[in-house]
Amino acid sequence: MTSPIDLLLWTVLPYLTIVVFVGGTVWRFKYDQFGWTTRSSQLHESRLLRIGGPLFHLGLFMVIGGHVAGLLIPKSLTEWLGIHNELYHLVSLVAGTIAGLATVVGLAVLVYRRWSVPAVRKATSNNDKLTYTVLGATILLGMFVTVVVNGVQGGYDYRVSIAPWFRGILMLQPDSSLIADAPLMYRAHALFGMALFLLWPFSRLVHAFSAPVRYLIRPYVVYRSRGETLATRSAARRGWDQP
Amino acid sequence: MRPMAQLAMVMNLDKCIGCHTCSVTCKQTWTNRGGVEYVWFNNVETKPGQGYPRRYEDQEQWHGGWKLGRNGRLQLAAGSRIKRMLSLFANPNLPAIEDYYEPWTYDYRNLTDAPLGDDTPTARPVSAVTGAPTSVRWGPNWEDSLGGAPEHAATDPVAEGMRARLGKSIQLEYEQAFMFYLPRICEHCLNPSCVASCPSGAMYKRAEDGIVLVDQDRCRGWRMCVSGCPYKKVYFNHKTGKAEKCTFCYPRLEIGQPTICAETCVGRLRYIGVMLYDADAVGRAASVKDDKKLYPAQMEVFLDPHDPEVVTAARRAGIPHDWITAAQRSPVYSLIAEHRVALPLHPEYRTMPMVWYIPPLSPVVEAVSSTGFDGERAGNLFGAIDALRIPVDYLAGLFTAGDPDPVRDVLRRLAAMRSHMRSINLGEPPDRYVPKSVGMTAEQIESMYRLLAVAKYADRYVIPTAGISRAHELESIGTTCSLDTDGGPGMGGASTNGHGNGQTDLFTWRDGERPEGMFPSLGRKR
Repeated sequence: MTSPIDLLLWTVLPYLTIVVFVGGTVWRFKYDQFGWTTRSSQLHESRLLRIGGPLFHLGLFMVIGGHVAGLLIPKSLTEWLGIHNELYHLVSLVAGTIAGLATVVGLAVLVYRRWSVPAVRKATSNNDKLTYTVLGATILLGMFVTVVVNGVQGGYDYRVSIAPWFRGILMLQPDSSLIADAPLMYRAHALFGMALFLLWPFSRLVHAFSAPVRYLIRPYVVYRSRGETLATRSAARRGWDQP
Repeated sequence: MRPMAQLAMVMNLDKCIGCHTCSVTCKQTWTNRGGVEYVWFNNVETKPGQGYPRRYEDQEQWHGGWKLGRNGRLQLAAGSRIKRMLSLFANPNLPAIEDYYEPWTYDYRNLTDAPLGDDTPTARPVSAVTGAPTSVRWGPNWEDSLGGAPEHAATDPVAEGMRARLGKSIQLEYEQAFMFYLPRICEHCLNPSCVASCPSGAMYKRAEDGIVLVDQDRCRGWRMCVSGCPYKKVYFNHKTGKAEKCTFCYPRLEIGQPTICAETCVGRLRYIGVMLYDADAVGRAASVKDDKKLYPAQMEVFLDPHDPEVVTAARRAGIPHDWITAAQRSPVYSLIAEHRVALPLHPEYRTMPMVWYIPPLSPVVEAVSSTGFDGERAGNLFGAIDALRIPVDYLAGLFTAGDPDPVRDVLRRLAAMRSHMRSINLGEPPDRYVPKSVGMTAEQIESMYRLLAVAKYADRYVIPTAGISRAHELESIGTTCSLDTDGGPGMGGASTNGHGNGQTDLFTWRDGERPEGMFPSLGRKR
């Protein structure tokens, strides 16, 4: 029997997160194209960014890959492929630690840079500060469960509890009881992760959706027609005002 | 043949007095806003000098523009697409704000608020970026009229190139120094490397008039265009996180007015007109192997608007009739292709720039006269061109990738014009040898003289409008407040949002305001 709190945290909140994440992103994309940017501060400082930026982002890509592998791929599949539990555990521990370390060090460099370079500090909005706090907490908790809970303390098989819960949410068969007994740090990590997704559409994190993949196949020079609007500023009507 | 129309500019450097009126009016019109304090879409540099941003012409350092790959094909100097995608998280070629200059203002409040004391209060310089007290070490025009040249001008990349090419150094001793002004705007290139660098596809070349613009809604702030432009004429707004650049004042051009820099130019040295070019030929011309062949290659790309075949093809390509007639009357076409006195700036970047320059000749007459010879006799002038105070090789480094011959030809044509016109002014029969010696006829020389010396407003700016039917609507743009632009002081308030354009900028959404664009206008059917 799941308690109402568990139901709220592990069934209601995840769906709320999905709705806000998807809806918020669509809303932001439709109504705030101008604000949709990485808002880079490289103009003010390049040296630290050139260390921290790639380290953080590439580490993060590995982390995301690890989450996809750990949460979406069922245990039965890896076992069917002949990957033993011990082997999986070892790989996830080593790869997760490397990826996490790159991400944490990268983030540390970036946060230090944000804090210590006056111009970059000045360019940091309250929204940014909140985002970095939640992002940092999520990453540090994730690092903690990987290294301490899963490594030093001998290991916790999240693939029988958290991963099925996560897949259950996506398959519209939520089961709060699956995650309710997971170690506290895992649950905290999941909660901060959801907070991050709630924040995503309303922060600079949206730039992740703009990964310029199409650039790789596009012709170099883009031509665009002036169209009907010319320089009139008020020509574009949007959203509900559109006929 | 695929004819396209391009609005282009020619500047006559002989007439530039370095007054910076163009820079100031441009700044007032376009970049008097937060985030672009350091940005000058138009700036006037003193040559020799490092320029703005510092040493931007050194592509060994900045990797702007195009280069030929090992297979002989054109690729961006910053590397392949994959390589640049991998440097997305920190652009290795981006200039820092110190390379431009740290913008500053003065603490004027201290003048009135300072407590009573023995000393007169002063307005200290404070950084416009951080607000902290700063000491001004470099500015938008630090090297004006060779200021600090003994220290800085030797590192002018053009002078360095000349030294590397010919072993010749520029003279910086006071008695031998030379200088001239070089006003610069975006080149609106035929083969723009900034557009090619943009990962988001937000930068584009307008099909109708060739103006290169940044779609502010689609720009995602990857800053690749800033480093991709070899002229460093795309800038990053550090407040909005978007790229901005010279727009060739397209709202003005669309209603037939010249750009604000040209309109307010005191020396009347700017010419604006239409060039027709063959879009199919651009890629081939830009990948000519020899740098020195790039200027003639670009000349091949231009189409003769008087050629009936070209006119037919242009019409078939959808170029409006008044654009074709404007191309036929284009002062820019005359100077570039007919009189051949205008040259492109740094054709070796392979972007096919479309703001061209008539190189300066000025000091030559004085120099010849001072030796006791008749300074305006063609023979004396021609002989003096190679002994000019402004070295021909320096101009060649700027305009023809180091080939002195086209520069020499241009200067000879200008000298011939002086000599020919003097004969006419003095009532003497003009020497028929003079025009012939520069490959022109007397009529051509006189027509060039009229264009360079007496051309009126309507002759200098031949600008077809974007659409007569929308003229009234367009005029209201040309006459509205320039502060109402994105990020400007008039922006983000109720006034811009009140226009109901449905756009809301979350960055400038101030506390306590209700952005119209974000909420449905219930019960207000349009």
